[in-house]
Amino acid sequence: MDDTAIQSLDAFLQRVPYVRFLGMRIELAGDEMTAVLPFRQTLIGNPILPALHGGAIGAFMELTALAQLSLVEPGRRVPKTIDITIEYLRSGRAQDTYARAILRKVGRRVANVQVEAWQDSRSKPVAGLTGHFLLRNED
Amino acid sequence: MSDFNTAPLPERMLMAPHADALGFTLKSIEKGRGVMSAPWREELVGDPETDVIASGVVTALIDHTCGLAINSAIGTPMPIATLDLRIDYLRPAAPRTGVTAEAHAYRLTRTIGFVRAEAWDVDKGDLVATAQAAFMLNTRAQPLEK
Repeated sequence: MDDTAIQSLDAFLQRVPYVRFLGMRIELAGDEMTAVLPFRQTLIGNPILPALHGGAIGAFMELTALAQLSLVEPGRRVPKTIDITIEYLRSGRAQDTYARAILRKVGRRVANVQVEAWQDSRSKPVAGLTGHFLLRNED
Repeated sequence: MSDFNTAPLPERMLMAPHADALGFTLKSIEKGRGVMSAPWREELVGDPETDVIASGVVTALIDHTCGLAINSAIGTPMPIATLDLRIDYLRPAAPRTGVTAEAHAYRLTRTIGFVRAEAWDVDKGDLVATAQAAFMLNTRAQPLEK
C-alpha cells in the first residue's frame, strides 16, 4: 500500500464529518481494508431487542465502499453515491460491527462495489450492500 | 426504556436512540403513511467541500420512515425487520439543508410489508432520493400453524 493511497484514505476519514459522527475507523493489513464500527448506544434502533438501526448499518457499509474507493482511486473527490441495495440478513446486536468492500469494477466514471458487514463471525454476515458510485476527478 | 413497547407510535419512533441522535422529527402519520425529517447539522455532512448532508443520513431517515409507515398500517405494535432496501440518490441535497422523507406501506401480507419512499430537501416536487423496501412483520411471532 503506497503512501498516496493511505494519505487519500486518511483525508477521507478525517474530512468527512459523518464518519466521525458514526465513530467509524479503518484497519489496514497490507492492502486489505477492514472498516470497524465500534458499538455506541446512539447506533441502536430498537432498544428492547436491542438491535442496531438498519440505517446505521447501511450508512456504515456505504462509507466502507467510499473508503475502499479512496484507497484505490487516490486524489479524487469523494465519489457520489448513485444507488445502493441493502439486504439485511441478521439483526445487528449491540456490539462492534466490521465490514469489507470488494470493488467489482472500477470504470472511468462509475464503480460497482459490494460490501459485507458482520459481527461475531464473518461467515454469518448481518447485512450486505451493492452500490454504484460516480467517480469524480479533482476539479 | 421499558415503555418502548407500550408507548404510542409517534413517541416510539422518536425513542429509538439512533433516530434521536440524528435529530429526526415527525411531521405526520396516517394509516400506512408517514413523514419524517432530518435537520442539517455540521456533524452530519458527507461532502466537506459542499456542506451537503451525508447520503447515509438519508438512508437512515428513509429506513426509519418506512418502519413508521409499516407500523401505522398494522395498527398494533409489533417488532419488524428490514429485509431489503433499495435507494436511488437522484441528486445531492442543497448545501446546509435538511431532508424530509415520506413513506407509503402499500401492501401488507401476514408476514411481509412492502413500502415505497421519497425524500426531498426543499420542494416535494424536486426529489433527492426514491426508495423501495420490504419488511418482515412480527419478527418474534411463533410460526403459524396450518
